[in-house]
Amino acid sequence: MHSTITNHADAAVDFNEDEARVNWHDETLWFIREKRDLASHNIPEWEQLREYASQIKNNVLSNLSQYLQEFEAKAKANGVIVHWAADAAEHNRIVHSILQKHGIDRMVKSKSMLTEECGLNEYLEENGVEVIDTDLGERIVQLAKEPPSHIVLPCIHIKKEEVGEIFHKYLGTEKGASDPKYLASVAREHLRETFLTRKAALTGVNFAIAETGEFVVSTNEGNADMGAHLADVHIACMGIEKVLPKQHHLGVFLRLLARSATGQPITTYSSHFKKPQPHQEMHIVFVDNGRSVHLGKEDFRNSLKCIRCAACMNTCPVYRRSGGHSYHNAVAGPIGSILTPNFDMKKNKDLPFASTLCGSCSNVCPVKIDIHDQLYKWRQVLMKEGLGPTAKNASMKMMGWVLSKPAIYDISGKAARIVLKYTPFVVSNKLNPWYKQREMPAPPKESFKEWYKKNRG
Amino acid sequence: MSRESILREVAKNQPGDRALPVIDIKVTTTHQEWIELLKKRLEILHTTVYEVADYTAIKTILKQTAVPQERTVTTIADLSEVANYIDSIKEDAHSLEDVDWAIIPAHFGVAENGAMWITDSLIQYRVLPFITQQLAVVVSKATIVYNMHQAYDKIAGTDYEFGVFIAGPSKTADIEQSLVLGAHGPKAMTVFILD
Repeated sequence: MHSTITNHADAAVDFNEDEARVNWHDETLWFIREKRDLASHNIPEWEQLREYASQIKNNVLSNLSQYLQEFEAKAKANGVIVHWAADAAEHNRIVHSILQKHGIDRMVKSKSMLTEECGLNEYLEENGVEVIDTDLGERIVQLAKEPPSHIVLPCIHIKKEEVGEIFHKYLGTEKGASDPKYLASVAREHLRETFLTRKAALTGVNFAIAETGEFVVSTNEGNADMGAHLADVHIACMGIEKVLPKQHHLGVFLRLLARSATGQPITTYSSHFKKPQPHQEMHIVFVDNGRSVHLGKEDFRNSLKCIRCAACMNTCPVYRRSGGHSYHNAVAGPIGSILTPNFDMKKNKDLPFASTLCGSCSNVCPVKIDIHDQLYKWRQVLMKEGLGPTAKNASMKMMGWVLSKPAIYDISGKAARIVLKYTPFVVSNKLNPWYKQREMPAPPKESFKEWYKKNRG
Repeated sequence: MSRESILREVAKNQPGDRALPVIDIKVTTTHQEWIELLKKRLEILHTTVYEVADYTAIKTILKQTAVPQERTVTTIADLSEVANYIDSIKEDAHSLEDVDWAIIPAHFGVAENGAMWITDSLIQYRVLPFITQQLAVVVSKATIVYNMHQAYDKIAGTDYEFGVFIAGPSKTADIEQSLVLGAHGPKAMTVFILD
C-alpha cells in the first residue's frame, strides 16, 4: 500500500517516539473497548449471539459458491448488474469502465476497506477520475494524503489541532481552529455540495443476502445514503465472503456489529438496497482477490468470517501502542495480521509476530475467529518457510538444542538468571525489539527445580 | 469475465457443510417495558420523544416548533395542514436540498436500539430522511418490538425496494471521538409515539 516502511517493529519504533501521543492513542482505543464491554454486557444472550454468528458464517464458508450464485440470480432479478473480479486490477478496471460508459470523471465514495485493499482511488486518479471520500474520517486522511489507520475510525491517529491545520489548508477554515463541532460543520457544507453534484457513488457492503438479493450498508453519518440516492450510478463493491444466507440472519449480525465496533446498539443508518431507483443504475462488484484460495486453507479459512468491526484492534495492546500504519495494510491489527499473510506471505511476514498472543482479540471477536491461535499458526508456517525474524531464527535453533539436553538446560537457566541480575543489557538490547521502552523484571534467585529439591525433595 | 473461474475455485476449496443454527432468543419483558426502553434509548440517541394521542396533538406540537419560513414537508396525509404533503415523486430528488423539516411515518420501532424501520413506500424519495436538516418520525405504539429478531420477523415477506433502520440524527465522532450531530444528514430527530 502507501506506506514505505514494511516492518512492523521498525514502524512501531517511529510511532513510539512521542510517548504522550502513544499514551493518548492507547487510551482513546481502550475507551472504545470499554464502551464495547458495556454494550455487550447489556445483552444477556451476547454469548449465544456470538455462537449463532459463528455458526452462520461457518455455514456461509461451506456453501459459498451456492450462496454467491443465489445472490447473483436474485440481484439480477431485482434489476442490479453483477460483476465478478478475480483480483484488485480487474476490480479497478470494472469500476472505471462503468464510469467511462456514463462519461463520469468525478465520484463520491463511502467507506470501503475493499477499495483500500484494491488501491482503487490511486487507480482512478491515474485515469483522470476524481474520487472524494465522504466519511469524515476518510476525508481527513484523504486530504492528509495518508491511508486510514483503523477500519472503523480512519483518523484515530490524528489530533484535532492537526485536522484544523488540514482543513485550514484545503477547506479554508480559520487558522488555529480545532473545535470538532466547527470543523465537522465546515466538512458538512463542503461534502453536501459534493453530494449534490456527483453522478456516481461507490459504497462498500456490510452484508449481502442470498435469499433476497439485497445488500446492507451501515453508517453513522448517512454519507453512503446521501451519495447513493442522489447519484445516477450506484456501485457497491464487496468481498465474496460478505454474503449471508437469509434475511433474518441480519437480526444476529446487526445486534453484534455496532456493539462490537463502538459500543452503540446499532449504527444510525442500516440501509437495505434491493432495487435501483427508476432513473438509476445499480452495480455490484464481487471481488475474490485471493479469498477463494484462502478458503482452501483449513487452519486459516475462518478469518474469512470477519465482519470488520475492529473490536480486536481496539483491545489489542500491540495495536494500541503501535498504530494502524505500522501494519502497512488496509486492514491492521490482529485480524489484519492473520488475513494479509494469505494474500502475500513474504510482504506480511512480520505481522503474525506483532502480537503478545494474549488472546484478548479472540475473546472480543463477535464471530469467534480464533485470532490468536491463527497468529501462532502463522508463526509456525513462517518459521518453516524461513521467513521468521532473523534473530528469532538463530535463537530458536539455540533453544531447540538447549531444550533437547536437560543438563545444558539447567546450566543455561542458571546462567540466564545471573546474566539478568548483573548484566541485564545483554538481553535488553537493541537487537531485541521486545525490550524497547521496557525494564527487565528482577530474575528469581533459583529455578523451580532447585526450589523443589530444597523444599519438597 | 472471471465468474466461472472464481466459482470453480470457491467450490473446490469450500469445506464440508456446516449446519445453520436455529435462532431462538426468548423475550420475557412486556410491551409496556419495551415502550419505556425505547424512550430511554431515543433519549441517549439525542432524539426528542413525544407520546401523543392523535395527529391533532402532533400538529399542535409541530406548529409550536417549526419556524413558518422553513420548508417543511411530510409524507403523512393527516399532516398536510402543517407541512407540504408529498404523495408521489414529481421532481428530481436534488430539489429537496433545502428541506428543513421532514415528517415521515415508520412501519415500526425497535426498543433495544431506538431504530425506526422505514421503506421507500413511506417516504417517496429515498434521500428525503437523509437530506433534511431535521427529521421527525411518527410510529404507532402498538408496532414497537423489543429486539432485531422480532424486527426481521416483521420484515419477512414484505415488499420494499429500499429500506432503512434509522436510529437518531446523523452523527460522527471522527475528530478525537468528540460527538458531533449532523455529520451529513439531519442535525436533530424527533419521534412521535402515537397511541
